[in-house]
Amino acid sequence: MNRKKLQKLTDTLTKNCKHFNKFEVNCLIRLYYNLVGDITERQGTVNGLDRNAFRNILHVTFGMTDDMIMDRVFRGFDKDNDGNVSVSEWVYGLSLFLRGTLEEKMKYCFEVFDLNGDGFISKEEMFHMLKNSLLKQPSEEDPDEGIKDLVEITLKKMDNDHDGKLSFSDYEQAVREETLLLEAFGPCLPDPKK
Amino acid sequence: MGVALGRLVQWTAPGHGTRVLEKTPLNEAILKEIIMFAESFIYKHPQEAKYVFVEPLEWKTDLNPSAFESGYVVSATTVKSEESDENGQPLLFLSVPQIKVRSFGQLSCFLLIAKDTKLKEAQACIEGNRNPVAKILGLDYNTMKEESSILNILDKITKDNDTESEIKMKIAILLKQLDVNLLNHSLKCISLEIPLHPAAVKNDIELLKRFSGKGEQTVLESIKYTSDYEYPNGCRAPPWRQILGEICYVLVKPHDVETLCITCSEEGVFLNGGKTDDEEINYERKGVIYKDLVTCLKEKSAKFSENMSKQKTRFNEELQKEKNKPNETPKKEAPGALRKAIPGSDKTMLEKNQINFGKSNMIKRLEPSLNWKTTIDSKEVSIHEERHGGRVEKSAPSVSAGKAQLIRKSGEKVEEIVSESSSESEEDEEPPDHRQEANADLPSEYWQIQKLVKYLKGGNQTATVIALCSMKDFNLAQETCQLAIRDVGGLEVLINLLDTDEVKCKIGSLKILKEISHNPQIRRNIVDLGGLPIMVNILDSPHKSLKCLAAETIANVAKFRRARWAVRHHGGITKLVALLDCAQNSAEPAQSSLYDARDVEVARCGALALWSCSKSYANKEAIRKAGGIPLLARLLKTSHENMLIPVVGTLQECASEENYRAAIKAERIIENLVKNLNSENEQLQEHCAMAIYQCAEDEETRDLVRMHGGLKPLATLLNNTDNKERLAAVTGAIWKCSISKENVTKFREYKAIETLVGLLTDQPEEVLVNVVGALGECCQEYENRVIVRKCGGIQPLVNLLVGINQALLVNVTKAVGACAVEPENMMIIDRLDGVRLLWSLLKNPHPDVKASAAWALCPCIQNAKDAGEMVRSFVGGLELVVNLLKSDNKEVLASVCAAITNIAKDQENLAVITDHGVVPLLSKLANTNNDKLRRHLAEAISCCCMWGRNRVAFGENKAVAPLVRYLKSNDANVHRATAQALYQLSEDADNCITMHENGAVKLLLHMVGSPDQDLQEAAAGCISNIRRLALATEKARYT
Repeated sequence: MNRKKLQKLTDTLTKNCKHFNKFEVNCLIRLYYNLVGDITERQGTVNGLDRNAFRNILHVTFGMTDDMIMDRVFRGFDKDNDGNVSVSEWVYGLSLFLRGTLEEKMKYCFEVFDLNGDGFISKEEMFHMLKNSLLKQPSEEDPDEGIKDLVEITLKKMDNDHDGKLSFSDYEQAVREETLLLEAFGPCLPDPKK
Repeated sequence: MGVALGRLVQWTAPGHGTRVLEKTPLNEAILKEIIMFAESFIYKHPQEAKYVFVEPLEWKTDLNPSAFESGYVVSATTVKSEESDENGQPLLFLSVPQIKVRSFGQLSCFLLIAKDTKLKEAQACIEGNRNPVAKILGLDYNTMKEESSILNILDKITKDNDTESEIKMKIAILLKQLDVNLLNHSLKCISLEIPLHPAAVKNDIELLKRFSGKGEQTVLESIKYTSDYEYPNGCRAPPWRQILGEICYVLVKPHDVETLCITCSEEGVFLNGGKTDDEEINYERKGVIYKDLVTCLKEKSAKFSENMSKQKTRFNEELQKEKNKPNETPKKEAPGALRKAIPGSDKTMLEKNQINFGKSNMIKRLEPSLNWKTTIDSKEVSIHEERHGGRVEKSAPSVSAGKAQLIRKSGEKVEEIVSESSSESEEDEEPPDHRQEANADLPSEYWQIQKLVKYLKGGNQTATVIALCSMKDFNLAQETCQLAIRDVGGLEVLINLLDTDEVKCKIGSLKILKEISHNPQIRRNIVDLGGLPIMVNILDSPHKSLKCLAAETIANVAKFRRARWAVRHHGGITKLVALLDCAQNSAEPAQSSLYDARDVEVARCGALALWSCSKSYANKEAIRKAGGIPLLARLLKTSHENMLIPVVGTLQECASEENYRAAIKAERIIENLVKNLNSENEQLQEHCAMAIYQCAEDEETRDLVRMHGGLKPLATLLNNTDNKERLAAVTGAIWKCSISKENVTKFREYKAIETLVGLLTDQPEEVLVNVVGALGECCQEYENRVIVRKCGGIQPLVNLLVGINQALLVNVTKAVGACAVEPENMMIIDRLDGVRLLWSLLKNPHPDVKASAAWALCPCIQNAKDAGEMVRSFVGGLELVVNLLKSDNKEVLASVCAAITNIAKDQENLAVITDHGVVPLLSKLANTNNDKLRRHLAEAISCCCMWGRNRVAFGENKAVAPLVRYLKSNDANVHRATAQALYQLSEDADNCITMHENGAVKLLLHMVGSPDQDLQEAAAGCISNIRRLALATEKARYT
């Protein structure tokens, strides 16, 4: 890619990006093409970062481990659902991922947690996301009982309209009250310690 | 004299050449008595003083011939007295080093010449003349022994009926009196040393043991010592209790009552607090002291008393046998044994004193015997602390409850020794640690919390965060929830979470800890589990919200001593002080307003934690060393109210230290304190006023408060009396500020004095102390005294004289005294019987109150009508005052001297106090270096000279020579009072001689040149008296 094209791309992307300045955008674009270049070397022609490559990045760079959450994060980045993260999706996604405001992050996280995309986080979805969060006690009769209970606790805490599922407004209200609940069902944002 | 010298005086063991007197207190006392007798002989019995001894008293003297002056013929190595006997032999003959004296007159003169070496000379004389009576009166008088003496004397008188033998008789009688006197005197000394003896106690107990056991017939079920170890001196009490005279502790189980734990001490036998759980004895006395164990038990157990009377005969027999054994020998030769007994008892005394020496440094809390040596030296203590500290740190993270308990104990003891601070009193007792009963109706919260804790333990970070958030929804201010978290093991998990890398978990955990640490028990548990070092480490975290939460939690936890110590010990103070610096960084441009608020928050939390920590002295020091004062000063300039409160709170706490007050002055903090007095926030006002109260001990600070306009808001705040804490702080500030006159003027302008008078009723004691203190200061000025009277302030002030609060009494007496300066006020005080109340405060046990009351009495006596009559009307009052001269508190002594000065202005009262022995008591005080006491003492002496032969008596009691030395003091007031006293004393010829000998003339001549007219006059008068005496002597000699 020549310099002129890069310059132009940077300019367009910077215009629509809230949290990065031009220099940062420029760096990210270069990084993106480096990553894509690596893949191209291995697999031939590609139109962007595919799921595996992206998950690899999430795992190595951001220390995420939960497969399901990583998949959901990829979905969150891949706005056009084409199975690849394009350069613009990359820059916009990272802008939110790293520098997003609380509102943006809430929206993003809710989308990540709403597995079927119906606008609600249902009990089943919660169960699904939390099922590995407790140490299995071999003595217990029903190994899932703890998880079910945890789901109930969460609902009690967050479900303000008591309809048995979390709408975005339920979620938003709970998070505004207690920011710790932003990533209530699994880490989907970079860990603040890094 | 013969008997006393023969039997009582303690000689060294024979066999080392000549026997000499031992240096013991008893010997010294006897010698002093003899000296007194011999010295005063020439005045008291001038006739007998001329009597010539049958044989001269001979001894080796160290006195130089040059010491002898007029009346003696002096050569290089010999001195002859001009006075001689009928045969022309001199009555005193000194040929170095041997001296011979042949009359009491010469003996008196000789002792006067000997001055400081008197005691030595007297000792040499007694040693050189083993039988002085025989030498003085002739051998036949020496045969006089005990009972027969009077008969002998009568016999003699009838036999040879001439004047000489009459004089001889008189002398014999005088010597006899001296002898009796000496015996009495030494008996007093000895009798003080016969307390209950360990051996006697042991006998009692052994005997009772023989009559104890099962069955109805025995007197007790059992009796045993608490300790099997017996010290060589027969005591079983630990050494630190032995100094209190305690001998041993016994557990007695009578038939009819519970086991009694009894202390046997030298004073007697009493019940103590019994054994505590940890096998220690609560040494405190419960109930009265009995004279011995049997009496005590009779009182406590009816059965014992009954069976005792049955067994009485047997018991007494046994007891008698026991008693007789040691007593048999003394009975036969009581005086001889007595003599032997004394050195013995002295020795034990000495031994005890050695123990005392080590012990007196001990702090009230008793440590195992190995430890107490280290408490003697403060340096060693710190090493001690390090050691303990190290152990605490190492084992703290382990959560075993038993161990934690142990660690807590050791840590606590150290802390108790190390830091003592005035403000530390609150919440230092351990609250009762009541864990909830296993199944006693636990609330539903308990089970829910238990479940959450389970998820905390067994969940990943997502589950943990959910559990933490859910737990936070419980009412954490409620004790059941707080204790439930602890009881299901939640505290350990929460503290462990702090040690992880998960920021969210740490935040969640701290949010809970912050809430539940309001509970005193939880605080202690957190410290026991080693939570503080972890939180201190979090203070270094880059996350501001974490820092804030950690600091806030520390602020809650550090409410007791051990926690404060832990914070300091883990370097927390430095880190907390660093938090204060956060607000400064906000000045950096790039950081947006979003972060600014949090920076202030961080500083606020830091200040909050420091406020808690600053209640320990060592922490105050640590804050100062970490550079906290300038930072606090800077924060004080901001306008965030919720930040100002902890900042001012910390400052106020620290202002109890001198170097803080200096720093507060240097950092211009007063200005901001004054500014914040005008704040709307009551708590802030309170702390500002409190800080001013602490700092205004310093004069410059008081001026600063005025210059920055702080007096007006203080005066205004007086009008709001609802918030008592604030009122106490404000009145305190006013009190301290009104020590400066300019401030008082301002307060008068602001009508604060009227308001203060209004606050004299219906206020809590903390407020009253300050209000009265302020009035006491204000009433130093005439206008204010009038205002106080006009506002009706005198009645409530006098009413307060009957209180019991010591600080209040000190202030009230001062205020009443200040008011009494005005005769019109005095009339009111007199009418309200205020003087009597003041007078009765002289009996108050606390020296400060005594002194303050005595000072207050001075103006009262000055200004009362018929003061003399009034003073006499207090039954026993004068005796009380005179006896206060035996106090060992300088301030009390000075104040009482001042009161005596005023009392003595009335002739009749002067006569009464003379009868109560004011002269010797005053004279005894003369050897002081305290200028305040010197001044008032000299004034008292000069006033007391006005009666009878008091002038002479002062001379006899050796008050004159020390007074002359007062003239060398640097205090002009002392000079004036002393010159006046000397002037009065110089009316007596002997005093003139003493003054002259002590070089008074030169000093007085100097004073004549003083600008102070009274001083001039008194000094000149004194010199003229001395001079006149000299002229008269010259004249007498040449005519």
